[in-house]
Amino acid sequence: MSKPETTPSVRLSSASAIRLVASREINTRLRSKAYIISTVVMLFLIVAATLVIKLLSGGNADATVGVTGPTTQLSAPLQASAKAIGQTVETTDVASEADGRAKVADGSIDALLVGDGENLQVVVKKDLDSKLESSLNVLAQQLALNQQIVGLGGDPAQVEAAVAGARVDIQPMEKPFDYNGQQLVLGIIAGILIYMSLLINGQMVAQGVVEEKTSRVVELLLSTIRPWQLMAGKVLGIGTIGLIQMVLIGGVGVASGLATGVLTISLSAALGTVIWLIVWFLLGFLMYSIVFAALGALVSRQEDVGGAITPALMFVIAGYVVGVSVLPSDPGNSFVEVLSIIPVFAPTLMPMRLAMGGVPVWEAVLSVALVAALIPILIWFAGRIYGNAVMRTGAKVKLRDALKSA
Amino acid sequence: MEDLRLEIDAISKRYGDVVALKEMTFDVRAGELFGFVGSNGAGKTTTMRIALGVLSSDAGEVRWAGEPITVETRRHIGYMPEERGLYPKMKVAEQLTYLARLHGMGTAGAKRSVEEWTERLGVASRREDEVQKLSLGNQQRVQLAAALVHNPRILVLDEPFSGLDPVAVDVMSQVLREKADEGVPVVFSSHQLDLVERLCDRVGIVRNGQMVTLGTVDDLRSGAAVRLIVHAPDAPRGWADRLPGVKVLGHHGEKTELELEPGADDQLVLKAALDTGPVREFAHRLPSLTELFRNVVTEEAA
Repeated sequence: MSKPETTPSVRLSSASAIRLVASREINTRLRSKAYIISTVVMLFLIVAATLVIKLLSGGNADATVGVTGPTTQLSAPLQASAKAIGQTVETTDVASEADGRAKVADGSIDALLVGDGENLQVVVKKDLDSKLESSLNVLAQQLALNQQIVGLGGDPAQVEAAVAGARVDIQPMEKPFDYNGQQLVLGIIAGILIYMSLLINGQMVAQGVVEEKTSRVVELLLSTIRPWQLMAGKVLGIGTIGLIQMVLIGGVGVASGLATGVLTISLSAALGTVIWLIVWFLLGFLMYSIVFAALGALVSRQEDVGGAITPALMFVIAGYVVGVSVLPSDPGNSFVEVLSIIPVFAPTLMPMRLAMGGVPVWEAVLSVALVAALIPILIWFAGRIYGNAVMRTGAKVKLRDALKSA
Repeated sequence: MEDLRLEIDAISKRYGDVVALKEMTFDVRAGELFGFVGSNGAGKTTTMRIALGVLSSDAGEVRWAGEPITVETRRHIGYMPEERGLYPKMKVAEQLTYLARLHGMGTAGAKRSVEEWTERLGVASRREDEVQKLSLGNQQRVQLAAALVHNPRILVLDEPFSGLDPVAVDVMSQVLREKADEGVPVVFSSHQLDLVERLCDRVGIVRNGQMVTLGTVDDLRSGAAVRLIVHAPDAPRGWADRLPGVKVLGHHGEKTELELEPGADDQLVLKAALDTGPVREFAHRLPSLTELFRNVVTEEAA
């Protein structure tokens, strides 16, 4: 009896052990109703959000003004004066004043210019939108000014040309970053996505660890693979699931934004945001989930998972809260700038800042490098805690005991 | 021929001040059913966990086929932990396939083996059900399938018979015997000593983390004091009291149970009995494993 006959080959490399564990995680979770439903809901929300923004903005114009008869000549000056105060006003010719009034009444136009074209008179349904009123006031002042210039014997067009060229000369000492409003919104959305994803998937890792502990299946698993392989497989499997979700939501969100015209930033900037989002999701997830796995291993009941991972979760929440409360109004805040480089806060804050733009390259690189350097250290610690604690059921294992015992 | 025995060699383990195992030593030969017996907390589970690498020992070595056991060779072990456990929400077939693959089997081989064993253990119709939907007895069968599905070369089973119905006990006994006949060393712990006595080739009794008695049930008996059952209907009470080296254990109706000290002459007892009248029965009584076990365990208390 030779050994090869009696003894089948049972070699299992670390890579295949981890792959087996990870694919079990992926298979079970992809089929779970909770995952499918949460993904569909998030996709629906993000598409709905872009559509709502699109509808609220009512095309590209802020207001539509009807012109008729003598006021037709005012449509170009109106658009120019509106543009001067940052408004987009569309004008539309209506057949008659009566026709125009009917359109104001049914809401298809916001206002109707009437009168002789010298003095501005505007018909509105109830009240005039304050921004449109400003635009019209600028136009009225312009008309009055023109009349005065003509009265003084000047040429309004010449004066206008001279005035238009006059502008204050700004000499910035530091080159400021021009934050784009859309990118600010994008940053907030990026922050929310990362935060939710870390929260949901991170807890999933901890719950998965405890599930194996409560069902006692862990003993059977550890009789064939090593603790670190089990932990790595679990983290990678759930990470893949989270990544699929993130790519789907980010991709669909940007695509629907670009398709509806809500998002007017360049495709490369949008793609850049999504790619940074993915990079930071991966870094943040890896960093936090191994900590969650280790903390989860300390307890034996699902009810205790929340309490066990709260200390680590606080960092995720703190980063997110600081980000969404400070950044929208002050994207260049120097406190946030510092926090976003510290590894524990970077996964929530850095992607927000990156989406908003204006992050110096060295800051982006440094924050990634710091997290990447921290991960192996965390893996070592977490592997030790996990290996020592995962077989101990019953009362919560003290962190110090888990680190100490071999 | 290679000696595919499992050797537990002087394994020690302590938790803080508590000594769980003190130089635990025994071997399970290829093709042998070995019964591992001891009170709760004697160290059976700890020994098995160390053999499986789930726990590490402070000292000592576990060997298989003469070589120290490694992560690779441990995949040859079929293990049934004392704490039963499977993923509650995973389907039976999927779960068994997964476990077989973790033991190094290929996908196709694993699937075939899962079919075979679920058929064999009578849970074939539940393959596509989640484990949590199965009755406790069926979960036990799946647990046994999990220990057997990768065609193990060694079997280590912690309390495999606890919680089984009589039919399942028979199936389990049969499977274990078959595995042993294939040349697999089989070790299992149990508190059902009658079962161990009937099934096992050799028995080891542990006490306080040490192997105290080891051998076939007959070996174990040979060390025990000789017991006699004497049926002498006319004998008055106390007829055997003054015989040298004889202790009266009790009276069961007209029968008297005696224990002979080493060197005591049973023929003297027979003569004394015949003096009282007819003797209808005069028999050496073999102590059961339960009695042997009780003796070993109470020795410690004394």
